[in-house]
Amino acid sequence: MKLNRRTFLGTTVAGAATFGAPMVMGASHGKPRVVVIGGGAGGATVARYLAKDSKGELDVVLIEPTRTYYTCFFSNLYLGGLRDLSSIAHSYGTLAAEYGVNVVHDWAVGVDRDAKAVALAGGGSVPYDKLVVSPGIDFVEGSVPGWSALSQNKMPHAYKAGSQSELLKAQIESMPEGGTYCMVAPPNPYRCPPGPYERISMVAHVLKAKNPTAKILIVDPKEKYSKQALFEEGWQKHYGGMVERIGPDFGGDKVEVNPDEMTVTIDGSVEKVDVCNVIAGQKAGHIAEMAGITEGNWAPVNAADMSSRMDENIHVLGDAAAQGDMPKSGFSANSQAKVAANAIRGALTGSKVFPAKFANTCWSLIDTDDGVKVGATYEATPEKIAKVDGFISQTGEDAALRKATYEESVGWYAGITADMFG
Amino acid sequence: MTAPKLLSLVAALCLLGQGAVADEFGDAERGEKVFAQCKGCHMVGAKAKNRIGPTLNSLFSRQAASVEGFAYSKAFKRAGAKGLEWHADTLDTFLETPRQMVPGTRMSFRGLPDKQDRLDLIAYLRSFSVSPANIPEADPTAAPTDHDLDPEILALVGDPEYGAYLSSECTTCHQASGGDEGIPSIVLWPEEDFVLAMHAYKAKKRIHPVMNMIAGRLSDEEIAALAAYFVAPEE
Repeated sequence: MKLNRRTFLGTTVAGAATFGAPMVMGASHGKPRVVVIGGGAGGATVARYLAKDSKGELDVVLIEPTRTYYTCFFSNLYLGGLRDLSSIAHSYGTLAAEYGVNVVHDWAVGVDRDAKAVALAGGGSVPYDKLVVSPGIDFVEGSVPGWSALSQNKMPHAYKAGSQSELLKAQIESMPEGGTYCMVAPPNPYRCPPGPYERISMVAHVLKAKNPTAKILIVDPKEKYSKQALFEEGWQKHYGGMVERIGPDFGGDKVEVNPDEMTVTIDGSVEKVDVCNVIAGQKAGHIAEMAGITEGNWAPVNAADMSSRMDENIHVLGDAAAQGDMPKSGFSANSQAKVAANAIRGALTGSKVFPAKFANTCWSLIDTDDGVKVGATYEATPEKIAKVDGFISQTGEDAALRKATYEESVGWYAGITADMFG
Repeated sequence: MTAPKLLSLVAALCLLGQGAVADEFGDAERGEKVFAQCKGCHMVGAKAKNRIGPTLNSLFSRQAASVEGFAYSKAFKRAGAKGLEWHADTLDTFLETPRQMVPGTRMSFRGLPDKQDRLDLIAYLRSFSVSPANIPEADPTAAPTDHDLDPEILALVGDPEYGAYLSSECTTCHQASGGDEGIPSIVLWPEEDFVLAMHAYKAKKRIHPVMNMIAGRLSDEEIAALAAYFVAPEE
């Protein structure tokens, strides 16, 4: 970076380190301030690009409650025993130390859009010139009758990575011989369309080695799903007979759970299971609703710059946004973050704003060295982010190509996490 | 392997390399075929110049990272400064698993696991080093210029500022630092090589679904802008 690090650090980081969040309030730098809520693929990326490219002209505050971020992408590989948890853990230290981002570990609990300030759970509030809301997902209450956040210890979702992933992995590993792992799959739209099915693959990978008579049951409200032909081919090839999926034609959309009894009721018929991984219906992270920028479950945005359709001073990134054709993925959030960073910097510092370009690729692992991918490019239209062109892996590909695809995904992981966290 | 062990191995190999003669000789003719895997980035022969990788003429006995005008990775500069020299044995170790011998190299090549491939390749490279009489008269190794590209497109001058913005689409996968862990490094490439590679993807002469898709919608100016940025990125 060419920015004068000493001056930059002197004004921003020192302030953060010494005084913490409350001092942000009322601190008048005379510099425009961007506040980012959420430090995932959208939020961390936008904070890094704003700080990096504005070369000290912007005050960037990132509000993220957790000190260690576990990426949801590749957390299935942790479940499959192909990566350890530390390999998907990231800190915000580089964003603070190298880029001068003021990282505030606290919960944003409200947005006063008239005063342009974000209220923090720890007290005080942070004023902004532009706000970026990138909170990821929360679960829709009542989406799976019988399940709530209170029962996530018995029936984990593991759809926000970290302790939930550890819990689910431990449960899978202590399943009785010949036991049943059940996944209640989510209705559309949801985070990471191939994610539940990559997870099935990784659970099968573990059970095949440790508990080969175990069964895997997917209860799915959707008729079809992402990369379906590729997953079905792979499951047949690697885990023949282990995976059974009940779609809506057999009552997969009429499901109830009882966490105390460890039962799943599918269209009236009660099944006893040993592990129940409930991935409930999803909505934008709750703070988006509190900010009053949602319509239904998601926050609608303008495709050209990811600005909220409810408030021009707020941008929404990633899973929380209703943007059109892009899947809810870390890659998408990262791609959208760069478009938003370019627009925000242009609005606040007068830098040149270039036209929006979006892309996404999702890699999934079916078994060791058997990787597949799907991707597309997108453009901004007045109505939505619209798909331009795309590709998908083919069934019947040879092992060398699948291995190369997996190795590419490992390279992508290193690339995107460097792009997010520096 | 631990870092100190690796360093001592490198040091030992360097010592061994001093004037050591390889016990086994490969087949230079076959080595030329093996070199096909290298020539996307490296040139050797009468008209060789630095491309994505440095020229490999007079490679033997040369200190690593010593070709003038080539922008080496920090890792290679360090290895050169520590005394790594190219001889049959050091080349053999390096070519087997490049990233193990020089961690942090930008060379996007997994390595040649087959011993005979390495011996043959080393024999081929030797023919451009040991004695000038062995250098073929007019047989420059083909650089990746076999894709027809309109000279006007090649002559476009890119806007590095626009390239910096566009580059953010690349750095989701290709690390801005030049690090390479499964996806090739694209930083510090000569502009011409960058433009040729991207147009080859755009025209689907070079096949990779992600790159065909990404390059497919880049205009000639956008490709030139990216090349202008990546030849000397700011970070």
